[in-house]
Amino acid sequence: MPDKKPISSVNDFVVRFANVNGSGSASANEMFARAILRHGVPVSPRNIFPSNIQGLPTWYEVRVTEAGHLGARGGVDMMVAMNPQTWDKDVAGIEPGGYLFYDSTKPMPSTKFRDDITVIGVPLTAITNSTYTDPRQRQLFKNIIYLGALSALLEMDPKLIEQLIGEQYKGKEKLLSSNVHALHLGRDWALQNLKCPIGLRVKKSDKVGDRIFIEGNSAAALGAVYGGATVCAWYPITPSSSVAEAFTAHCKKYRHDPETGKAKYAIVQGEDELASIGIVIGASWNGARAFTATSGPGISLMTEFIGLSYFAEIPAVIMNIQRAGPSTGMPTRTQQCDIIACAYASHGDTKHVLLFPEDPAEAFEFAAAAFDLAERLQTTIFLMLDLDIGMNHRLCRPLKWDDARQYDRGKVMTAEMLEEGRDFGRYLDVDGDGIPYRTYPGTHPTKGSYFTRGTSRDRYARYSEEGTVYADNMQRLVRKFETAQDLVPRPLQANAERPTKYGVIYFGSTSPAMDEAIGMLEARGHQLDRLRIRAFPFHSSVASFLAEHDFVYVVEQNRDSQLRQLIVNENGIDPVRLVPIVHYDGTPITARLIAKAIGDHQDHLKVTPLRKAVS
Amino acid sequence: MTYIAKPKFHHPGLKKNELGYTHRDYEGKISTLCAGCGHDSITASIIEACYELSIEPHRVAKISGIGCSSKTPDYFLGNSHGFNSVHGRMPSVLTGANLANRDLIYLGVSGDGDSASIGFGQFAHSIRRGVNMTYIVENNGVYGLTKGQFSATADRGSKSKKGVTNTDNAIDLVAIALQLGATFVARSFSGDKDQLVPLIAAAIRHKGSSFIDVISPCIAFNNHAGSTKSFDYVREHNDAVNRLDVLVGRDPIAVDYAPGTVQVVEQHDGSKIALRKIDADYDPHDRLGAQTFLARHAAKGQIVTGLLYVDPDAEDLHAHLNTVETPLNTLEADTLCPGSAVLDKINASLR
Repeated sequence: MPDKKPISSVNDFVVRFANVNGSGSASANEMFARAILRHGVPVSPRNIFPSNIQGLPTWYEVRVTEAGHLGARGGVDMMVAMNPQTWDKDVAGIEPGGYLFYDSTKPMPSTKFRDDITVIGVPLTAITNSTYTDPRQRQLFKNIIYLGALSALLEMDPKLIEQLIGEQYKGKEKLLSSNVHALHLGRDWALQNLKCPIGLRVKKSDKVGDRIFIEGNSAAALGAVYGGATVCAWYPITPSSSVAEAFTAHCKKYRHDPETGKAKYAIVQGEDELASIGIVIGASWNGARAFTATSGPGISLMTEFIGLSYFAEIPAVIMNIQRAGPSTGMPTRTQQCDIIACAYASHGDTKHVLLFPEDPAEAFEFAAAAFDLAERLQTTIFLMLDLDIGMNHRLCRPLKWDDARQYDRGKVMTAEMLEEGRDFGRYLDVDGDGIPYRTYPGTHPTKGSYFTRGTSRDRYARYSEEGTVYADNMQRLVRKFETAQDLVPRPLQANAERPTKYGVIYFGSTSPAMDEAIGMLEARGHQLDRLRIRAFPFHSSVASFLAEHDFVYVVEQNRDSQLRQLIVNENGIDPVRLVPIVHYDGTPITARLIAKAIGDHQDHLKVTPLRKAVS
Repeated sequence: MTYIAKPKFHHPGLKKNELGYTHRDYEGKISTLCAGCGHDSITASIIEACYELSIEPHRVAKISGIGCSSKTPDYFLGNSHGFNSVHGRMPSVLTGANLANRDLIYLGVSGDGDSASIGFGQFAHSIRRGVNMTYIVENNGVYGLTKGQFSATADRGSKSKKGVTNTDNAIDLVAIALQLGATFVARSFSGDKDQLVPLIAAAIRHKGSSFIDVISPCIAFNNHAGSTKSFDYVREHNDAVNRLDVLVGRDPIAVDYAPGTVQVVEQHDGSKIALRKIDADYDPHDRLGAQTFLARHAAKGQIVTGLLYVDPDAEDLHAHLNTVETPLNTLEADTLCPGSAVLDKINASLR
């Protein structure tokens, strides 16, 4: 018996699977997460994987959370230790009172265990080898066998798992029945040989509702389909590749002409990120909705083109699935570290629109909106996801689309308008919003053509090196950026129950951890108003929020507090009033970290200053 | 840069083409290049070819990179949209533009620095993909705008104006284009309009990636003794494999050569190229033969010009991608958006 009382918890615990990548464990682990969802209990799974194809350690963490906390929690209540390489670290990572599940086929020395945890050995290899002879089958079914054993230990309903297997192998009877068989092999062994259930249990609930379970990259790609993207050019880079792959899959389903079978889209895998953004710029210049998906190193390569998009005013949508930088950094770890790089990408004076979705549902909405914004503003729009949102399944509200919605193609002068004698100046600010009209190539035989260039030119697109002409254009671009403020998604504010002088600003994938941290902080007596920023340029409500609070914490997942820098820079705020709360080790930020950092700072602030105490 | 506007009036008796356009309708702004620049001759040939083909000027998109050559699209087809993009990146911009609207004619203008140095990768990959375009490199072997540095097409052993000898091997873009699967490959000389105009016309009619390397001496930095891209050098070392005429529609140009020396190539769009053969045993349908022919002559220090290779049945990138006939840039929400009912089904599958 462990010398610490075993953790007892229903629908609120963390299970971590330690595997070797390439072993086929991913689908079994995902099935475990889905099975819990089918119990009506929210889960938040996360892949922690190496930049490698086979043989290196990989982890899959499932946070079971009836309360619906979808951020990473930190700590592990149950470790399913299937990887000898990481055994010591995995065992050490279990919370006191936690559980260790392992393959007990080969005896392990007692020094390899801990006294303060419950050790559960299942002879997985022995069971597998006595049932299967084919090495590949042994490998795959071993995963299903541990899933079966876990279902018994956690008191899960096996019918729900069978149902999932049935859906997955629909029409493949042989696979279906052999998977169900493997499931019961593990389950029956556990029921016969172990004390079931353990302290951690899954109990049916109704907290999932109509929510869906989807990866951010897939949702963003679907947003591009709904938003009318017809050209996609990309270069493979983790963690963004699955955006283009999902776009391809969605297009194959929904974008072929039913009669001719022809494609209403074009996808090109470029030779590099330069070509990818070049193709996007060329297509957008010619009136198609085009996008690319990339990550930090790709953004670095694209910056020259991004400057062209800004200055020559060509729409582009870039989905940046952020990963830890700089340089190659940690390609498979998450961060929000390209805020400054994207906001001011390229040489010269540039500013770009950034959108910060918090989850797959917003990734879908913002992706679709990005194409409207790009064409309305005739510039690059960045959709700033990160690995945490992009490559993990996240429970979120169902995706919605209004069938009455039309695409906003922006200010495009047509042949009819030119015929009417409308004055066409490609860089002429006719409406005072800084946004000029453009024409598509091939519009009219004699009117409306112009020469697009990255060099300076006058309002009628005629080459000019006159300083005043150049400055006039640069000022108009500032006006256009001001217009953007009111077009991009507004920040969302949530106030504390009682009026407070303290606020917190956060964005993107930090959202679920922040929401959970607020509860923890309230429990400690700290009241904080929240502002979730959803886009750059910042709406005027950001400045108001800053003005209304003495101290504002800015929570983000990078070292240098980049959003805070951007706020200070763009709003002319005294930096002392913006307190950075950062997390940047490549793992997703947790509520525990946020609550501790803010709580400690708050406690510190509330210590009565010495002078005041004396006087 | 010149600030003199080009006068619009012209002689009332100017010849008109099938569409009723005169030569002047295919011109652009006044060139700002050095007087006598080979590039201006190429500009004139492009104008001539478009006029003769009776192309509607506004249905052409002219796309270039950066450099002297890339400035030239401003000097022809003034009623076309032009895009002077990023150094070395014309091919990707053109590829994107082409994907957006397959109905326009795409003219990519580049230089040797733009295509063989900074943009070598983009040049190669656009050719590989079979983008339907006419890709013209105005090749002078030198960086003019930055005052005379060698480019990657400068021959080994050639001398710069400052007397420096180039020790790097030259890239022959024609050889590369042949290897990468361009379906129309030619070389010409800016000073040889008779050869160049029909080549450009045929390239425009070709449905696939057409590549023309045009040797174009830089009179400021690469027209001296010791240069292998000077007027004199090219004239002395030129070995033309063929001359050609382009026959479009109802007005065939009479071919006044003996039948044994004329070969007619019918292109995908029905237009015909009549090759007036100079080199009797040259077969422009043999990619491998063209590569060997090119290498053999290069070893002898000869610059082969003419149509080196053409595949009349070429397919382009749109065929590879199986895209709809309607230009993608005209599609709207009614055909692109799967709608809320489909989304509900997707949602249901994600639970």
